[in-house]
Amino acid sequence: MTMQERIHSQSAAGRLSRRGFLTGAGAAAGAFSFGFSFPLPARAVAQQAAGEAVKEVNAWVVIQPDETVIVRIARTEMGQGSLTGLAQLVAEELDCDWDKVRFELVKPGENRRRERVWRDQSTGGSRAIRGSQEYVRMGGATARAMLVQAAAQQWGVPAAQCSVAKGVITHQASGRSTTYGAVAAAANGIAPPTGLTLKDPKDWTIAGQPVKRLDTLDKLNGSLVYGMDISMPGMLVAIPKACPVHGGKLKSFDASAVANMRGVKHVLRVDDETVAVVADTFWRAKTALDSLPIEWDNGPNANVSSETIAAMLREGLTAETEFVGNRVGDAKAVLASAGRVIEADYGFPYQNHAPMEVINATVRWTPERCEMWGPTQVAEAALDALAAAAELPVEACEVHVVRIGGSFGRRLTTEYVTMAARIAKQVPGTPVKMMWTREEDMVQGRYHPVTQCRLRGAVDADGNLDALHMRISGQSIMAYMRPSIMTANGDPVTFQGLMPGGAEMAIGYTIPNLLIDHAMRNPHIRPGAWRGVNLNQNAVYLECFIDELAQAAKVDPLAFRRKLMANHPKHLAVLEAAAKGIGWETTKPPEGVHRGLAQVMGFGSYVAAAAEVSVKDGRLKIHRIVAATDPGYVVNPQQVEAQIAGSFVYGLSAMLYGECTVKDGRIVEENFDTYNVMRLDEMPVVEVITVPSGGFWGGVGEPTIAVAAPAVLNALFAATGKRVRQLPLKNIDLNLS
Amino acid sequence: MTKLNVNGKVVEVDVEDDTPLLWVIREHVGLTGTKYGCGVAQCGACTVHLDGVATRSCALPVSAVTEENRIVTIEGLGAETPHPVQQAWAELDVAQCGYCQVGMIMAASSLLAQNPNPSDDDIRAEITNICRCGTYPRVLAGVKLAAERMTNRG
Repeated sequence: MTMQERIHSQSAAGRLSRRGFLTGAGAAAGAFSFGFSFPLPARAVAQQAAGEAVKEVNAWVVIQPDETVIVRIARTEMGQGSLTGLAQLVAEELDCDWDKVRFELVKPGENRRRERVWRDQSTGGSRAIRGSQEYVRMGGATARAMLVQAAAQQWGVPAAQCSVAKGVITHQASGRSTTYGAVAAAANGIAPPTGLTLKDPKDWTIAGQPVKRLDTLDKLNGSLVYGMDISMPGMLVAIPKACPVHGGKLKSFDASAVANMRGVKHVLRVDDETVAVVADTFWRAKTALDSLPIEWDNGPNANVSSETIAAMLREGLTAETEFVGNRVGDAKAVLASAGRVIEADYGFPYQNHAPMEVINATVRWTPERCEMWGPTQVAEAALDALAAAAELPVEACEVHVVRIGGSFGRRLTTEYVTMAARIAKQVPGTPVKMMWTREEDMVQGRYHPVTQCRLRGAVDADGNLDALHMRISGQSIMAYMRPSIMTANGDPVTFQGLMPGGAEMAIGYTIPNLLIDHAMRNPHIRPGAWRGVNLNQNAVYLECFIDELAQAAKVDPLAFRRKLMANHPKHLAVLEAAAKGIGWETTKPPEGVHRGLAQVMGFGSYVAAAAEVSVKDGRLKIHRIVAATDPGYVVNPQQVEAQIAGSFVYGLSAMLYGECTVKDGRIVEENFDTYNVMRLDEMPVVEVITVPSGGFWGGVGEPTIAVAAPAVLNALFAATGKRVRQLPLKNIDLNLS
Repeated sequence: MTKLNVNGKVVEVDVEDDTPLLWVIREHVGLTGTKYGCGVAQCGACTVHLDGVATRSCALPVSAVTEENRIVTIEGLGAETPHPVQQAWAELDVAQCGYCQVGMIMAASSLLAQNPNPSDDDIRAEITNICRCGTYPRVLAGVKLAAERMTNRG
């Protein structure tokens, strides 16, 4: 069996394993209790799949004669669970039997050939569900109508007299019934109706339910083929190394020094800054690369360090700038004449996404065709990058999307697709799996950008916040990643969570005189969209400083916020929910334990967190977090819970340890021994409260990360009297002096 | 040639002595369930059982292992019937991206073999694998559920 068959049979394998699972559990109390069987051998699955050329009902829905419902998923699954949520939305409108639902991943070349019938495949900005819920639900509703129409035509009755339950169509008056599987082939020929009405979410029975993920079982026995696991007959492995100083060049390398090492096939120039060793195995390629003499031209940034970058940003804290994100009244004038001004500078370091699965892509190039197998969050952009690097028409290329071992924004760029294609093009006809080492992944990342912030606030004698000026100085992600969305003055994304209004990233406070502006300072380190993007830094700055202002005003941090939030009821509602959950006004924390709060709006959702921490012998212990989220609608409560709990791991890892320093122009931290992350021993209890208020669709994968750090930092202040304004915390001495 | 006992079968591989066991398992034996995460024994994605003990295979040269050592990978753990840890993981929907979970499952099953009734603190101290998605709360719950099931089965 070829790897291609194994990859293509992934969804089928999930189906069979699930069926086996359900059969095994049939006699037990619940579908997910004892006894499930793991997937059949993949060979049998592939053969069965090959024998089933079933026509789709429409682009979103395929129903097989055995009643299996295959829902097509166009967005990337990288652990966030949207695959299951999207299938729930389709199944809800389809009125099928959820236990029969399986999935299939859409290929971008196929999407293009069909005039983008699956629309946008990019998966970022917490948009997988909220960005496609309407048309995927309509896809399910349309398929339902076509299936019913097919049955009605066979019976010669009006479709309106037919009803559906769990994939069984019934004509009550004549007592006839049939199944989706029986009429699916006929439904394919029915003209899709228009003007259908989607269900009111309050009537949902599949969506909104805490169903299990569709894609779990092959993750538990090692059978899921991630990009890293692909193998094909004759395949070679390539390990690249790029100039450690971003933007530097590859001057020369001495291939002859490693050419005779075992397994080495090629030593290649990939592009202006990258060399790669191609060998028969990873270890042999890595061994050769480690001994390959390479000369770099480090370019103009060879002397840049974290200190020079900090100085560059510090200058931006007071520089003139025209780039304003939010202006109310005249904050500068009020601050200039205010009796009392509170001022503080904050700073946030570079951080690496560090997903567990490192960058990889497998490409086979021939003069006629180029294909890639591997992970991407932007399947269509990956296809374009592949075709460009292959120097072939897009129609001659395809990207075989696989499920990803974590990504967090790292695979929103396609430079590694280009790289893999350039390598494969030099080895025509041979599939080449390009794998990065963890070290390469750490130093050639697309980093959560470095920023600093100076905040100045005027508090009057009655404790009212009269004016706030928030100056952010730092790196723009979009200037590097997507220059097309830059405005004349700067990068609008830098104001995430601070915008005057809108449905996406609005500030939750009304302040009579407010100025939030940005001085763009772009070091040479390449930035990227890191789960939560600029919301993370901005929430630390604003939410910690609001606490500082409350302290200056001698007002409780919750009461201080309430006064500013009267015009922001949705922001306030989640803050109140988190505060109530932790007992802010009702219970005292245990002896030695202290509390902190934070709230923010981001990615269309309103989130808040309350934390309980203690500090003993200079060590912070995070005991408990209560998180509240209003995402409008909840498609799968148990997956939303998993995303929110997981967001604290990601956000608190960043707060505790996340720091990529720069020395001699290079990123210093090369692995988890120097780039530590939170592990199970530090994991606090996370209590998740969801308060979906309806009427809008917010994202869930990212926003909560932004409140993790400020809630804990505010609690840390309550515990120690120490304001931590420079992250990460590992650099701060918490011993009480 | 090096002889290894992997999942109860003796296999022969032609590899350099310094090749980490992880890459021998993945590329020469052809079992890709065991993952590469860091290569420096930090993250635990590469965890296998070596004579029943959870072992990080990415930093262990193959020369340190002989045919006498029993290596069990994720493919061998639940080959007959799923291990109680795998069952608990399915019940609680522990995995997110899943990439680290095979290592988690190998670490958890080894822990339970040595300590059938671990406390929360035992689990927190013993399971040091990295998960970037943040499945830790369900990992903790999963180990406890598996422990309960294994104890009840006697």
